[in-house]
Amino acid sequence: MTTRKKSFSRPAGALAATVATVATLLSLRAAPGAAAGEARPVEILNASYDPTRELYRDVNAAFAKEYRERTGKDVTIRMSHGGSGKQARAVLDGLQADVVTLALAYDIDALADRGLVKPGWQARLPHNSTPYTSTIVFLVRPGNPKRILEWADLARPGVSVVTPNPKTSGGARWNYLAAWGSVLKAGKGEAEARALVAGLFRNVAVLDTGARGSTTTFVQRGLGDVLLAWENEAYLALAETGKDRVEIVVPKTSILAEPPVVVVDAVVDRRGTRAVAEAYLRFLYSPEGQRLAAKNHYRPRSTEAAAKAGRTFAPVATFTVDDLFGGWRAAQKKHFDDGGLFDALFVNR
Amino acid sequence: MRAARVTPSLLPGFGPALGVTLLGLSLVVLAPLAALLATSLRGSPAAFLAAVTTPRVVAALRLSFLLSLGAAAFSALLGLLLSWVLVRYRFPGRRLLDALIDLPFALPTAVAGITLTTLYAPNGWLGAPLARLGVPVAFTPLGIGVALVFLGLPFTVRTLQPVLASLDAEVEDAAASLGAGRFEAVRRVLFPELLPPLLTGATLAFARGLGEYGSVVFISGNMPMKTEIAPLLVMTKLEQYDVAGATALATILLVASFALLLLLNRLEAWAAGGRR
Amino acid sequence: MKAPRSREPRAVRLLLIGLAFATIALFLLVPLAAVFVEAFRNGAGAWLSAVSDPDARHAVKLTLLVAAIAVPVNAVFGLAAGWALGKFRFPGRSLVLTLIDLPFAVSPIVAGLVFVLAFGRSSPLGGWLTRHGIEVVFAVPGIVLATVFVTFPFVARELVPLMQSQGTDEEEAARVLGAGFFTTFFRVTLPNVKWALLYGIVLCTARAVGEFGAVSVVSGHVRGVTNTLPLHVEALYNEYAFQGAFAAASLLTLVAFAAMLAKAFLSRHAGEEAP
Repeated sequence: MTTRKKSFSRPAGALAATVATVATLLSLRAAPGAAAGEARPVEILNASYDPTRELYRDVNAAFAKEYRERTGKDVTIRMSHGGSGKQARAVLDGLQADVVTLALAYDIDALADRGLVKPGWQARLPHNSTPYTSTIVFLVRPGNPKRILEWADLARPGVSVVTPNPKTSGGARWNYLAAWGSVLKAGKGEAEARALVAGLFRNVAVLDTGARGSTTTFVQRGLGDVLLAWENEAYLALAETGKDRVEIVVPKTSILAEPPVVVVDAVVDRRGTRAVAEAYLRFLYSPEGQRLAAKNHYRPRSTEAAAKAGRTFAPVATFTVDDLFGGWRAAQKKHFDDGGLFDALFVNR
Repeated sequence: MRAARVTPSLLPGFGPALGVTLLGLSLVVLAPLAALLATSLRGSPAAFLAAVTTPRVVAALRLSFLLSLGAAAFSALLGLLLSWVLVRYRFPGRRLLDALIDLPFALPTAVAGITLTTLYAPNGWLGAPLARLGVPVAFTPLGIGVALVFLGLPFTVRTLQPVLASLDAEVEDAAASLGAGRFEAVRRVLFPELLPPLLTGATLAFARGLGEYGSVVFISGNMPMKTEIAPLLVMTKLEQYDVAGATALATILLVASFALLLLLNRLEAWAAGGRR
Repeated sequence: MKAPRSREPRAVRLLLIGLAFATIALFLLVPLAAVFVEAFRNGAGAWLSAVSDPDARHAVKLTLLVAAIAVPVNAVFGLAAGWALGKFRFPGRSLVLTLIDLPFAVSPIVAGLVFVLAFGRSSPLGGWLTRHGIEVVFAVPGIVLATVFVTFPFVARELVPLMQSQGTDEEEAARVLGAGFFTTFFRVTLPNVKWALLYGIVLCTARAVGEFGAVSVVSGHVRGVTNTLPLHVEALYNEYAFQGAFAAASLLTLVAFAAMLAKAFLSRHAGEEAP
């Protein structure tokens, strides 16, 4: 018993050692994070959704060049890519992103609700803080063997559809709402819209977590007859794999997908990077930023930029989420929240 | 535990060693897990129950449990074959075969995931012929099963091997000389000895498979109600800002892990008792 | 070990060996081959440029850094646990053992989630850390913590049963002869368990280098900052850069290979330590 008593008097050293180790671990990243001051090269982090990898690779290089020419300072833009909801969630939980460029406004609303972005954020920049838009198109097998031309064709028996999961992917929510809205836009009612979307999801073969995963499944793994994709993603897949592997079909009506951008107020105010972060987002609206958007198959807000990039986009009669669904919050609640219409589709199939 | 005190008392260093152990355990394991329990208990029990009984959550849990169970059983069978061959026979390439068994354990799960998906996709080396036979593997529950068997194999082989090696073949001979047939000798002499390690290995494989993410998520297809595994659903719920739902499901998985560990302890005690 | 005599007819024996080879080939060799075939699909030059890309190099460095912290921490912890739980009996010992094993059975996703819940901005601790500019999750410390968590049991699992079966006779003899704690530990105990310790370290390293699920939850996926090598593989896979993804994967496979060989070598020696 004496040994035990004596030996218990010594854990202080071990405790101190462990505390020191933990303290060292914690300080590892703290140092460079706090050092983003004046003389050091500025570093900002852009947390974006999946299909923008190629776009921001171009934009970041062009902006860094422009910024150095204008201010004489170096800026490094770090990228993080993932599903739109995952990225917003990470920022909520502490990912130190100076700007977020996400797939839909709802994910930025989530940041605003928790005080990371100031209210009224969408009015800060022109065009609803959306410097470029896109729409939802179909990617089909060469020669379009299943004759998939319109939204109604997706619900036909025997058509295998690939789309990401609307629960996790912003692009997938656009896909879903585009299908739904196409019915409303044709003058039909909710019941018909529901029937189409139910039929569509009955045909879904693989539901990846992100838009990029779905493209991989369709293009590389050869699954499915049709992929519902962002227009930019479809063109990129076409460029990557060649016309002999896939074809793009643009439906007559589709949704106007508006992926917004915003400065994360809580982060830039703490890190002192507001000026450069705002300049970065404004650069997206500049002629050069617009040209790069068009080059990467996004529809720029400026038509001259599209012409300059040598891009023509197929005419589509578009509708917006505000037009047909009363905005993102209403759409999210009705369709995608737990117990919403999307869940009902899967539970009752 | 015969007496409620520390034995032996002659050696020093018990206090500091236990201190470091408990401190490490608390900081790295217990405190974070407590954060999970605290978060999941913040809501009412009714809300917790509601969160884990939605059809989609139930389907994901059922899929994860059934597939891990099936894969563990299949790993046990393959493990029996492999350990038998590795212990009882001598043949060229045995050493290499033996070392390769650990590959699924050593290979990062993401690498296993993309590799198995590439192999078993409808246009992959193994997936293409299988698809022509009408057996799609990738993006079906079968694909998840393949990944889980891959993952579980080292556990069953490595728990069976030492037991099989320690079993005296003479006992089988004796049984045979007493007139027992080969089948009888295996059933009466070998099987009771091999059952505990077989169950231990399968339980290890089951525990690992139940929580597995990296090697499964690429190949699974992720269809709600059909091929969506429970760990993925935790991620999905988190990404749609449903922290309560994510933590509730995570708590279920955590409790299952803990229960499996307790089961493992019993199995090991049984195996040790049986051999002595 | 004497070569075991086989009792099965030759045909049965050959059939079983054939089945074993087929199983290994189908489940293990084909995937292994696929990694390298895909990695070198576009030639050795493409492989080289994929693994020497700055982001890939940073991912390698980060992975090594994380392993370099996690493995020693767990080695020290494993030795402490081996001493306290292997050499002593005390009430609550089996509960502590079970808790040490827990990270092995916990889903990697749950492992990552608990750190986000504990250190994320929305937790009280995380809020305090954020206000003071200390990043834990979505930064390197979070990755280290998650890795320490998932590799926590590996060294202890090897050492506790061995030190228990070796008993305390040698240490007690050393004490009687007047040796202090450190002399006893470093001259008697450590040499007795060195192979098992190395074995545990190899397992721990393999898992630390390859961990994906838990790290994926806490990483934030910032290229060139918080992407470990397994996350880099995933990122490339999602960029139509399949060959690049498999090139990075081939590096990890080589590490796995080295771990396998080291394990096979060490397990022969570790067997000798058992009394």
